Formats: sequence, C-alpha cells, structure tokens
Amino acid sequence: METVLLYLGYFFVSLGAAFLFLGAFGIFRMPDFYTRLQAGTKSSTLGAMSLILGVGLMQPEWFFKTLIIIIFIAISNPISSHALARGAYKTHQKPLTDTIDAYEEVAEENDNKKEE
Amino acid sequence: MNVFFIIIMGIIMLAGVFAVIRFVKGPTTADRVVALDNLSTIVVATLIFMGFVFQRFIYIDVSLIYAVLGFIGVLTIARYLEGGI
Amino acid sequence: MDTITLLLLFFSLIVMIGAAVYAAIMKDLIFATIGTSLISLALSVIFYLLHAPDVALTEAAIGVALSTIVFIIAIRNTKRYEDEK
Repeated sequence: METVLLYLGYFFVSLGAAFLFLGAFGIFRMPDFYTRLQAGTKSSTLGAMSLILGVGLMQPEWFFKTLIIIIFIAISNPISSHALARGAYKTHQKPLTDTIDAYEEVAEENDNKKEE
Repeated sequence: MNVFFIIIMGIIMLAGVFAVIRFVKGPTTADRVVALDNLSTIVVATLIFMGFVFQRFIYIDVSLIYAVLGFIGVLTIARYLEGGI
Repeated sequence: MDTITLLLLFFSLIVMIGAAVYAAIMKDLIFATIGTSLISLALSVIFYLLHAPDVALTEAAIGVALSTIVFIIAIRNTKRYEDEK
C-alpha cells in the first residue's frame, strides 16, 4: 500500500511541475494581456494543487494540512485573477484586433448614466 | 531518488525564470502584476516541496501563510488600477 | 549543503538583487512597489532555506501584505510618477 501511494505521489508531483512550467511559459509567450492572465492563473493553480497533493500522498501523515493549503489556494487564486481582469478592463486595456467585445457598449452606457 | 528531486526543482526554477523575464519585460502594470502573482504561486509550491526534502513538518506553516495572505497585495494593486481603493 | 538547496539559494539571491536594482531605477512608483514585493518574496525563500522558518513567516506576512498596502495608500495620496531632474 505504501509503495502504491509513493508512486502515485511521484506521478502527481511530476504533473504539477509540468503544469507550473507550462503556465510560466504561457506568460512568457502569449501576445496579449488577457491570454497571459488565463495561461498564468489557471494553469499554475492546477499545477500548484497537483504538486501539493503529490507531497501529501508521499507523506500520509501530512495529508490533512496539505488539504487545507489546497483549499486556500483554490479560494484565493481566482479572486486575485478576477480583480486583475476587472482592473485591466476598467483601464481600457485593448485585447487583440480580432476579438469581439460585446460588453463595451453596455459599459459605456453605464458610465454615462453614472456621470449624469 | 535524489536525481528525481533535482529534476523537479530544475523544472520549477525554469518556470520561475520565465516569469521573471515577463516581470522585467512586461509593457504595462497589469502584466507585471500577473507575473508577480504567478511567482507567488510558484513559491507556495516550492516551499512545500522543500519542506518535504528537508523532512520537517513544521516548515509547512510558512507556505500556509503565503497561501492565505499572498493575494492581498495583488488585490490592493488591482483596486488601485481600477480607481477604487 | 544539498545540491538542490544551493541551486535554489543562488537563484533567489540573483532574483533579489535584480529586483532591488529594478526598484531603485524605476521612475514609475507603482513598478517600484511591485519590485519591493518581489524582494520580499525572494528574501522569504532565502530565510526558509537557511532553516529559519519563523523569520520567513514574519517576512512573508509583513512584506507581501502590509508594506504593499502602505505604499499604495501613500502613492494614492501623493502622485504616481517621480520627477525628472
């Protein structure tokens, strides 16, 4: 049983390191702010959760505490990415040219109402 | 097994190198903040992994504090960009 | 010392010195604040690797959350760009 848990832990740690690398590479390579945000937060959140789960499987007496850390990462990382996307949209950061922004007119109307 | 740990740590450090390059290069403020957020996540994973390498149970607490408090700075900068705060 | 520890220690030292130089030469004060946050992140990893987890915990709590909030409020009340002389 312990051997199975150990090899499962190796698998999850390798998967987590690969996803962390892919997320950072997406941040380096993507052309646009919004695509960078997507690659950076989603992929690295999955990578960190998988790596922490792998460590918890390799050391079964640490499992409860690693579960708590996984829950906190799953709560706090989407909050910060949501706030960043909202702040960047409010400062009129343009996406690439062939993107359709359906919210733009509604946002302008809301701004005009607020000014009145 | 020592070779496995070194390979995993090398992959995570390569991820850190790419995030630091985006931090230096990024044209706007929001790009740099995204790179900082990604580096914070990478540091949480790194500290737990190094705690496993050192075989110390108490070292996990530092990573827990990072997971709880690490997003407050990013949240503050995002609110400042939005004009709220 | 272990090979992994030495590798990570050198990487964190290089990142910390680079972020300090970056925060010193930037004219936009928001960029300097983000650089200060990166200094605190790398310094916390260094304390952790030198087997001082309590100092690393304090550095994480103060440097990432508190000092960023104080700097952002100060910038909000004054101005964002440093003067050219």
